[in-house]
Amino acid sequence: MNDSLLAMLESMQLIRTFEEKAGMMYGLRKIGGFCHLYTGQEAVAVGAVSVLDLERDYVLTGYRDHGHALALGIEPRAVMAELFGKATGVSRGKGGSMHLFDPAKRMLGGNGIVGAQIPVATGVALAQAYRGDGGVTLCFFGDGAFHQGALHESLNLAKIWSLPIVYVIENNQWGMGTNWKRVSSEEDFSLTAAAYGMKGRSCDGMDVAEVREAMLEAVALARDGREPSLVEARTYRYKGHSMSDPGKYRSREDIEEYRKRDPIASLKGRLTDEGALSETEWNAIVARAEEKVEAAVAFAESSAEPAPGELYADVYAEPRALPRAAG
Amino acid sequence: MAVITYREALNRALDEEMARDARVFLMGEEVGEYDGAYKVSKGLLSKYGADRVRDTPIAELGFTGAGVGAAIAGLRPVVEWMTHNFALLAVDQVVNEAAKMRYMSGGQLSVPIVFRGPNGPAEYLGSQHSQALASLWTHVPGLKVLAPATPADAYGLLKSAIRDDDPVVFLENELMYATKGEVAEQEFLIPMGKASTARPGKDVTIVSFSRPLLAALEAAESLAAKGIEAEVLDLRSLRPLDEDALYESVGRTGRCVVVDESWPVASVGSHVAYLVSRECFDFLDAPVALVSGEDIPMPYNHALELAAQPSAAKIERAVLRALYREE
Repeated sequence: MNDSLLAMLESMQLIRTFEEKAGMMYGLRKIGGFCHLYTGQEAVAVGAVSVLDLERDYVLTGYRDHGHALALGIEPRAVMAELFGKATGVSRGKGGSMHLFDPAKRMLGGNGIVGAQIPVATGVALAQAYRGDGGVTLCFFGDGAFHQGALHESLNLAKIWSLPIVYVIENNQWGMGTNWKRVSSEEDFSLTAAAYGMKGRSCDGMDVAEVREAMLEAVALARDGREPSLVEARTYRYKGHSMSDPGKYRSREDIEEYRKRDPIASLKGRLTDEGALSETEWNAIVARAEEKVEAAVAFAESSAEPAPGELYADVYAEPRALPRAAG
Repeated sequence: MAVITYREALNRALDEEMARDARVFLMGEEVGEYDGAYKVSKGLLSKYGADRVRDTPIAELGFTGAGVGAAIAGLRPVVEWMTHNFALLAVDQVVNEAAKMRYMSGGQLSVPIVFRGPNGPAEYLGSQHSQALASLWTHVPGLKVLAPATPADAYGLLKSAIRDDDPVVFLENELMYATKGEVAEQEFLIPMGKASTARPGKDVTIVSFSRPLLAALEAAESLAAKGIEAEVLDLRSLRPLDEDALYESVGRTGRCVVVDESWPVASVGSHVAYLVSRECFDFLDAPVALVSGEDIPMPYNHALELAAQPSAAKIERAVLRALYREE
């Protein structure tokens, strides 16, 4: 158990370090557009991905997707290069922060439309069931996406077709600037599962061990019993909705309260208390994360922009003739 | 050569492609136990079973998105929309997901899926069930759009669509399902992006697709009695568009009447008229004309709804005007 906890601690620390650096790079205008940081929520992606079989399972998520990509083992440099829009990026510089794809690493996006990944993920699970390959799909989304009709249509499909999927609500409590309690008819999202005849449970999304335990159960249910289920992980994002959001709708005290329950500091404290982690080992974890992230930035900086000919590439499977010049 | 209906031609294409490739499956409302709302899938459930002829709840967004997910995970879904009017509920999944996944993943994902069903007005169905939506789909890069007007084209193009590695929107028509035509008994495919000459002529080119092609042919017959030889070009494929065939024909005839049942603003017809005006400017002896659906929601009253659509008489008038022989 401690081995997996140590691995998860290191994975969370890598995400934290990466996201803090991504925020700095955004400030330096190396990264443009929308950039949604995962800081504070690391335990959810890391705990959930820790139970997957990366030979046959898949992950889909929304636009706050850096953490999931890194948790799946996608190289930090390929993610950073994507944020920089470089040809060496995980999506060849054509996806950007919200659209990280790497099917070989089981990452099927990275989706910019709130909740749109939910029907898609349901279809990925349909393909797994159709083939009977034993694979499971994890579908992550937030408390904002919870209110989209796409979710409710998908839960129904997953149940009637017995699909091997786990719907993971990362309830970070804020859909952009709107607190979920203002816009949810029921504050306990996990209860919704009952309306679709499936199992629902909540877990503390600030506690990676608890997330892992909940996901072990849910993934086993999906894989062995072909039973979809819903897991709500209550968590908190430390930063604004995106880099352009100063987050004035919530108090510093609120954020500080959650920082006291920080998933990384909590796990570090627990492992230290148990004698499973020395200060030297922790310092090594921190140093490795910093080294990887520094190398990722250097790689992204030195990588080439996509060639101009890439503009019309990959719209269709077959290469396409350029449009005739106007006039 | 067998004479079969448009409906039977589609059914034969589906049947052959499902027999050929176990990854191909059909899903939609009433496709299974009901044998298809328009009987296109008749007999397929008993032949292929409920996994491959999959009835869905009335949830266009959900099941269309599930099709997209199944496609990126390696299957080849054919999603039947009971009509394209209802597909408007699923536009997000077609436009934001299916059309963009290859591009925004940097070419890593393929979306081999066909979305098909009846499009355009039938009779007495009122505004919400009588829309011709070809232009909406054709606007979107990443999609392919097919609109066959004959049983042979319906058969050959649907087979090509199912084998294609890109998302294809396939436009049928309720009033054409019972139309008959010759279809070779030996298997054949029709490539996308190739127009066909439905009637040769030298005086004017009438360009059309889908059901209005029948009105164009009727107009050409009537014009022949007046000594006017109209060439009728059936686009069949709206994206990719056979620009070479367009320019070759208009280059010979020097006159062009475009017939499209869509609304006239920002439509396939207006785009084709623009292309011909631009590329054939030096050959044109008259302005390019557009006979379109009227720019209104469809009325219920039968006389009014007929007045809202292209007709042989309207096409004939437009041709005579282009020949400066207005009566």
